[in-house]
Amino acid sequence: MSPTAATVSGALRASPVATGSSVLDPESQELLRALKSSGRAYDDACARLHALLLRAARFEVARRRRGLTGFEADALATDALLAVLRRIDDFRGLSKFTTWAYKFALYEAAVKVRKHAWRDRELPLETDVLGSLHAGSPGPEEDVEMHERLGQIAEGMNDVLTPHQRRVLVALAVNGVPIDVLAERLSTTRGALYKTLHDARAKLRAHLEETS
Amino acid sequence: MENPKTNELLGRLLGPAAPEVGCDICFEELDRYVDLEAAGQDADAAVPGLRAHFEGCPACREEHESLLALVREDTGAAD
Repeated sequence: MSPTAATVSGALRASPVATGSSVLDPESQELLRALKSSGRAYDDACARLHALLLRAARFEVARRRRGLTGFEADALATDALLAVLRRIDDFRGLSKFTTWAYKFALYEAAVKVRKHAWRDRELPLETDVLGSLHAGSPGPEEDVEMHERLGQIAEGMNDVLTPHQRRVLVALAVNGVPIDVLAERLSTTRGALYKTLHDARAKLRAHLEETS
Repeated sequence: MENPKTNELLGRLLGPAAPEVGCDICFEELDRYVDLEAAGQDADAAVPGLRAHFEGCPACREEHESLLALVREDTGAAD
């Protein structure tokens, strides 16, 4: 099946086009079979998978170097193991099983690291940041056209965004709050927040086209 | 003269212009995309919308970078 060149305007793409082989490599087949078995084979497979996930969690923690300990990496690997076992029937065989499993450990670790880094920080949610960025004359290193563009964006943020879209856009795009941290503070999910961000960006781009 | 910081800010505010998937689909497809990349195949053609999403979402971009690095380490092709 060949990929399509379909475009989606104003909405996130619903799902990508499925291509590629679903023929599993022998290592993935063996591990997957054992994880769907019982008794000693199942226990051994879980131990093997936990070791793989622990390696992935430690890999991510070391890569980000933001203060988590080896003990926490172990706990993250256990959380990832539970997530993998819970979703094992969702594995479609379109990648190696280890690659599929790794992503759960990396996700758990990355989210934990981001939350750890922001654990004692107030979230800067103020929406007047952009106004101060484009106020006055452009600085010596700032292109006049860019300065005007920022002004149009600030205007668009006030005119076409909802208060929630403005708050999310400022937190994520201007103040650099990690999406998982903001999702937790606003009691929502990464996916829902990104949808809000995507819609806000689309509105701003349309506003720029109209006003340029 | 263009200011790189202003350019970056504009990029973060306006996001990718190309069609993109959301975070949930990104997570579903990430393993397939990374295995194709690691194998030197055209991951962008097979899984359209992920590359643009990485441009717009720093969290998913970081997780993509980590998974690719880990898989490459497994296959002895680490940077």
